[in-house]
Amino acid sequence: MMEFLRARTWQEALAAKAERRDALPIAGGTDVMVELNFDRRRPAALLDLSPVPELRGWHQADGWLAVGAGVTYAELTGERGQAERRELGRRLRGLAIAARTVGSPQIRNRGTIGGNLGSASPAGDCHPSLLAARAEVEVASVRGSRRIGIDDFFTGVKRSALAPDELIAAVWIRPPSGPEQFAKIGTRNAMVIAVAAFALALDPERGLVGTGIGSAAPTPVRALAAESFLAGAIGDAGLWESRRPLPEPVMSEFAALVSAAARPIDDVRGTAGYRRHALGVLARRTLGWAWRDYCEEAR
Amino acid sequence: MSRATQQPSQSVSGQPEGLIGTSARRPDGRLKVTGEFAYGSDLWMDDMIWGVTLRSPHPYAKIKSVSIGAALATGGVYAVLTAQDVPGDNAYGLEHADQPVLASGVVRYAGEPVALVAADHPEVARRAAGKIVVEYEPLDPVTDPVAALDPAAPRLHPGGNLVRHLKIRKGDPEPAAEVVVTGCYQVGMQDQAFLGPEAGLAVPDGNGGVDLYVSTQWLHVDQKQVCAALGLRPEQVRLTLAGVGGAFGGREDLSMHVHACLLALHTGKPVKMVYSREESFFGHVHRHPALISYEHGAGRDGKLVYVKAVIHLDGGAYASSTSAVVGNAGTMGAGPYVVPSVRIDVYGVYTNNPPCGAMRGFGSVQAAFGYEAQMDKLAAALGLDPVQFRCLNAMEMGSSGPTGQVIDSPAPVAELLRRVERMPLPAAGSGGSGGSAGSGGDLRQLPGGVGNTTHGEGVVRGVGYAVGYKNVGFSEGYDDYSTARVRLENVAGEPVVSVHTAAAEVGQGLVTIEQQICRTELGVGQVVVVPKDTGVGSAGSTSASRQTYVTGGAVKHACELVRERLFTLVRLRLELPGAELVLADNLVWLRTGDDGAGAGPAGLIGDFLGDEVIEETVQWRHRKTWPVDPQTGQGFAHVQYAFAAHRAVVDVDLELGLVKVVALDCAQDVGKALNPQAVVGQIQGGSAQGLGLAVMEEIQVRDGMIKNPSFTDYLIPTILDVPPMRIDVLEYQDPHAPYGVRGVGEPPTISSGPAIVAALRAATGLELNRVPVRPHDITGT
Ligand SMILES: Cc1cc2nc3c(=O)[nH]c(=O)nc-3n(C[C@H](O)[C@H](O)[C@H](O)COP(=O)(O)OP(=O)(O)OC[C@H]3O[C@@H](n4cnc5c(N)ncnc54)[C@H](O)[C@@H]3O)c2cc1C
Repeated sequence: MMEFLRARTWQEALAAKAERRDALPIAGGTDVMVELNFDRRRPAALLDLSPVPELRGWHQADGWLAVGAGVTYAELTGERGQAERRELGRRLRGLAIAARTVGSPQIRNRGTIGGNLGSASPAGDCHPSLLAARAEVEVASVRGSRRIGIDDFFTGVKRSALAPDELIAAVWIRPPSGPEQFAKIGTRNAMVIAVAAFALALDPERGLVGTGIGSAAPTPVRALAAESFLAGAIGDAGLWESRRPLPEPVMSEFAALVSAAARPIDDVRGTAGYRRHALGVLARRTLGWAWRDYCEEAR
Repeated sequence: MSRATQQPSQSVSGQPEGLIGTSARRPDGRLKVTGEFAYGSDLWMDDMIWGVTLRSPHPYAKIKSVSIGAALATGGVYAVLTAQDVPGDNAYGLEHADQPVLASGVVRYAGEPVALVAADHPEVARRAAGKIVVEYEPLDPVTDPVAALDPAAPRLHPGGNLVRHLKIRKGDPEPAAEVVVTGCYQVGMQDQAFLGPEAGLAVPDGNGGVDLYVSTQWLHVDQKQVCAALGLRPEQVRLTLAGVGGAFGGREDLSMHVHACLLALHTGKPVKMVYSREESFFGHVHRHPALISYEHGAGRDGKLVYVKAVIHLDGGAYASSTSAVVGNAGTMGAGPYVVPSVRIDVYGVYTNNPPCGAMRGFGSVQAAFGYEAQMDKLAAALGLDPVQFRCLNAMEMGSSGPTGQVIDSPAPVAELLRRVERMPLPAAGSGGSGGSAGSGGDLRQLPGGVGNTTHGEGVVRGVGYAVGYKNVGFSEGYDDYSTARVRLENVAGEPVVSVHTAAAEVGQGLVTIEQQICRTELGVGQVVVVPKDTGVGSAGSTSASRQTYVTGGAVKHACELVRERLFTLVRLRLELPGAELVLADNLVWLRTGDDGAGAGPAGLIGDFLGDEVIEETVQWRHRKTWPVDPQTGQGFAHVQYAFAAHRAVVDVDLELGLVKVVALDCAQDVGKALNPQAVVGQIQGGSAQGLGLAVMEEIQVRDGMIKNPSFTDYLIPTILDVPPMRIDVLEYQDPHAPYGVRGVGEPPTISSGPAIVAALRAATGLELNRVPVRPHDITGT
């Protein structure tokens, strides 16, 4: 027998999780229900977070956006929700593009950003954009709350830094000052798990470049060498200010460094070789789009 | 679409409803659309228990022992059964009884049933199954269908590893031609991927017999096999069709049928079995993977001189319908073309891979990927346009096929090609347009779709053509018949027709066709389709695109006999022994004489009928076919051929290998569209299934193990993968067939895939000799 616990407030949720560490949180249920149906998991209890109002919205503080763990993909894309929520997608362009690639309309209506992080799959589509934007994950327990840098959040295949009594409260993002992009490869044109995914964020104000790679390593990863190379190349040539076209060798080197940052495997969805190659192509294309947008902004 | 309109009721009332030639509504349509239709998985009895299957984890192993004690001791468990509990023959199969109900001594594929458990809850049954201890001694599996024929290979069955070798020999045995092209092709293992998993409910009758409610394609062939396995007589094993959620060939073989009956008879309780999605991948046969090599020769004049082919079809662990699939791949292996000299060898082989059998297109699909690729190669070598070259060699009525059989009804191969060629092409793609996601072009129209992988970069367009053909009905001398019972009577003062056949409705709409035929032949609006069961004789299989032809023919004939008896009644009552009568709109009409005298309604059908009940049961056969000669493959093997042609337009992202099929247009001759909307539905669905095989659908098997038994990784096309289709339906009636119909369901599945691959080749310049075409096949990485 599996118990079903329902939290009506955030305090109730934290208390329940403290008392029942063996309770599996459930938000949209689009991962949890699949696992239960396929008999991959038999939790002693489910802790339903969907009624918790604190998880549903987003707010601003000190130049950061706090996106509640219960915010759905449809709210990120603006497919569903109030004008205020469509605003969220406008501010978090990378995440909004990523959200549009997720599943089907049904999944986007149910699935949440907190659930994506909770599953911590290497193929989770939010992760590359969160990495690229250097997001922080706010987690909490009755002991208090803390913010985990996204780089430290993913600890292994489907494993995260969340402690057994902790819940994910929100994702904190300082929206990059420049364009963001996201691209995901699947072997059909919708409703598909990523074979490889790539996210890019340009932050001219801070002179930074952010990247995120999905489905090509045991965890979602950043292409750190590619980031510093590109930020350096742009900065050194004064291109943030001049907004002149990126030199071809810079684009190529960036693509090569992104490819090199992946640690892909062969599996039923694709080969390691293809993944590496495809990431290079995506890196180059997304950089082209983002840079063009950046140049056009000025006009 | 052009259709003749000769129904008497149209001339007399102008308001025909639901007759043949109209898109009459499905009787089960509303229930299906509202989600109320009961599928096999919805079967329920209050006192039922649940059965589950324990399957082999090894592709090839000896079974040393099976211990069921712990499973049997589990609370809530009613029975645990193994091979020794099978009372009759522990062997079944459509063509060869080579497949055990429960494995005994050896398992030949991963997923083979070894033991059964019945318990009061499916979860309890599953847990108990997990406690059965099977001691296996794994053996090296035979997984290569060519190597399997090596005399040194382990013999998987007593007769060796060859299921059938078909030889076609026609014309000059040593032909020479000015232009020769060769090619090797490979077709992956496709799954039927029906949405309603295998399901059934077996109810013991208390007298040693059993009633089985099951989702299937052919009740009577199931009944025969279940009887043999249970050691029971046909009257003790009664089958009723449960709601079928798709079939496509995957329900021709038994799945849980015998298992549920065994458990029911053993426990004395109704037993329900439903496969999960994952189990379904192990619970039915798949499309044969194929290794194909072709050599074609043609003259400089563009005329085909010869074709040579060797095809290996991997039948997996058990024969299923491999022999017949071999028959089709060979007898239609030269494509719908006139070829003077033909030499084809097709081998159907046993391996330790998952068993393969029937799937829509049945042997013709595999061959068409090869011969259509060859036709493009030859056209290129000759410097001819692919359509022009095909038309130059196209079969027509009067042509002789590879078996020497003369095509004796319309075969508009060239016209089909010309028609798709003339259809308007889609607007140019968004290639090169640029712009970031959402800031302009619709990503859904691009390769990679909403994945936002291109804004036009790397995208090139290609156009490809293909034509294919297939036999309709069962071939090679098979006694292929159907049975129909039609009854006319007054119910509450109104005439009602009931039509009873055992023909499985699997979603294709035969129930609608049965109603349409009865309305047309008997002029009665109310037609009740009696539930499909073994209470009436066999209808044959819902496969081979045959039910509208064969069961339609049986229903039509039964109606004609009923009508004659009604006319006899009417003539007696009117005292007009020679009267010419017609039925329409619930009325009996006197036919208009030359002078118009005496024409008009003679009275209501119901009034003439009174308390009479007119019932006729008929068996109806299509014309006979013959086996082919074992040495030459010559003979009148097929009753009818059906043809379709496709033009595919694709956009390919060359750098990422992603594909968007932009257009997939089809022309098909259906003889006579009894229900035009259903015909178009079949063509759309068949084309989509061919698209799936061309670009994404594959059961990946490594060392005999299925690697992707889920809809997460066995991908079938979504709405964003299937383009809108232009469909041209031709109606050249077949004089040998009832109403002139020609089977519809399979031809579109044959030519759509090859057309897409041709378009991909045109776009990429690559050989692409393997389907499905994967992204890395295009990028070469
Ligand atoms: C058909 C289908 C298609 C899909 N397609 C995609 C896709 O394209 N891309 C993609 O990335 N994913 C996809 N998914 C997976 C899934 O939809 C996403 O991972 C989604 O974000 C999960 O969110 P949820 O709210 O449904 O999570 P749930 O299933 O409710 O939970 C997921 C995990 O997170 C934990 N969790 C949830 N909320 C919290 C919290 N507040 N604190 C701590 N732990 C929490 C749960 O315990 C569980 O372990 C798909 C799933 C399905 C069924």
